[in-house]
Amino acid sequence: MENSRRVKLLIFKDNVHEFAAIVVIGGKTVAGLITMDDLTNEEIIKILEDADRLLPVARGELYLPLLQGRILGNLFFEPSTRTRMSFETAMKRLGGDVVNLGDVKTSSVVKGETLFDTIQMVDGYTDIIAMRHPRQGAAQYAQDSARVPILNGGDGAGHHPTQTMLDLFTIKQAHGKLDGLKVILAGDLRFGRTVHSLSHALTRFGCELIFASPDILKMPPEIVSDLKSHGGDITETEDLYSMMEDADVVYMTRIQKERFSDEDEYAKVAGAYKLHANDLSDVKAGMIIMHPLPRVDEIHPSVDTTRHARYFEQAFNGVVARMALLCKLLGVEVPADVQKAGGAL
Amino acid sequence: MSNEHSMRRVTAIRNGTVIDHIPQGQALAVLDMLGISDATSVPVSLVMNVPSKKMGNKDIIKVEDRELTQGELDRLALVAPDANVAIIRAYTVAEKMIINLGDEMVNVVRCTMSNCITSNLREPLPHRMKVVSRDPLELRCHYCGRPQDLVKLVKNVI
Repeated sequence: MENSRRVKLLIFKDNVHEFAAIVVIGGKTVAGLITMDDLTNEEIIKILEDADRLLPVARGELYLPLLQGRILGNLFFEPSTRTRMSFETAMKRLGGDVVNLGDVKTSSVVKGETLFDTIQMVDGYTDIIAMRHPRQGAAQYAQDSARVPILNGGDGAGHHPTQTMLDLFTIKQAHGKLDGLKVILAGDLRFGRTVHSLSHALTRFGCELIFASPDILKMPPEIVSDLKSHGGDITETEDLYSMMEDADVVYMTRIQKERFSDEDEYAKVAGAYKLHANDLSDVKAGMIIMHPLPRVDEIHPSVDTTRHARYFEQAFNGVVARMALLCKLLGVEVPADVQKAGGAL
Repeated sequence: MSNEHSMRRVTAIRNGTVIDHIPQGQALAVLDMLGISDATSVPVSLVMNVPSKKMGNKDIIKVEDRELTQGELDRLALVAPDANVAIIRAYTVAEKMIINLGDEMVNVVRCTMSNCITSNLREPLPHRMKVVSRDPLELRCHYCGRPQDLVKLVKNVI
């Protein structure tokens, strides 16, 4: 997108202005990452390979300023620890810079600024935007409003594709492949956006999926029917423990108190699953336990020291996965030999 | 009762638009979608629940002295996709029009999901519904991707 000039054409009609087109002069059209549908399987594999090569850079063992002079805008309208920090770390490890929206309570959002207006401002300041927003569809809306790529860091109960990329990276790192695995997704499958995006991606790679959740937190039926229409092999159950024996991955999620409007409803399902080291005696040796974090009590600390625990590495993998995505969306090629291209810190 | 008889429940119009074969009970929704209200100054005839050979029962609307545009008529794809529309000039059918359901409905209805970004009415981008399937009709919000409940959606006409 270097040396390109981007022009938005606006049509004013009935006091509503519509984008007729976003014309990019002398460059490529802008593409962000809103859902996993924005990436082909081949692109996913390439990004995961790029991420793998960037591991020494993410660990701080090698200096490789691929994104020097580029600015990432971090727009987090909802609390975030891992996603926001790992985006910031990823950008800075690659020599780029970051500007933050800061606390929503003190930003112009509290004064009633629309998302459209906020994006008009931020895309003038930055080369790429990472965004989390409480409303579903906000990321697509932002992409339609913006001239720079948007990386969706979570939109309500919608999608969280950068989390999916780091999840896929973690699974591939452990099993050496993505296809043909048996994966259990457990906990809050109704509101948990990470499991929505992940189940789509795993279906595309031919994994067998088991959805374990309390009845009121089942995977939304439209997602299940979508997955099945794409050939998904899906089992729905409330019984997590009996399904673990031949699983390759157990992906736990937190029951999200903040998504319940009724405290009593939350109380009924809080603590539905509590995975303890004692529950792991009959599982496969190579089975990994993942969690997008933060956890409450769905994974007991006794699991942390077992060979199965991968959630802290998973959180670290957020940095490399996001480094590779930032490079991809900014049109920067990750060198085949990073050791040769990089230097000492 | 023949179709011809049912059409005579109201007098023929000289100039205007006749929308026939509206599914029974949808005439009021059609008026809503066309923005025709009690503030409209042109005469409007509404016939509801009349027998039809083709449909069992149907509704009919006649709008005098106004020729509806293709854009206006396309909005009706949501409630009356098979309606017949005729433009009348000097008591005769001057033009027959077909309602087209395109790939997307723009600024016709708002997403029914309360947490969709478009539920903030101050957000200026157009409301967009993607047509996923035509028969049965299935629409999804362009932004949040939520499949729409068509009964609720009709109440969200812009």
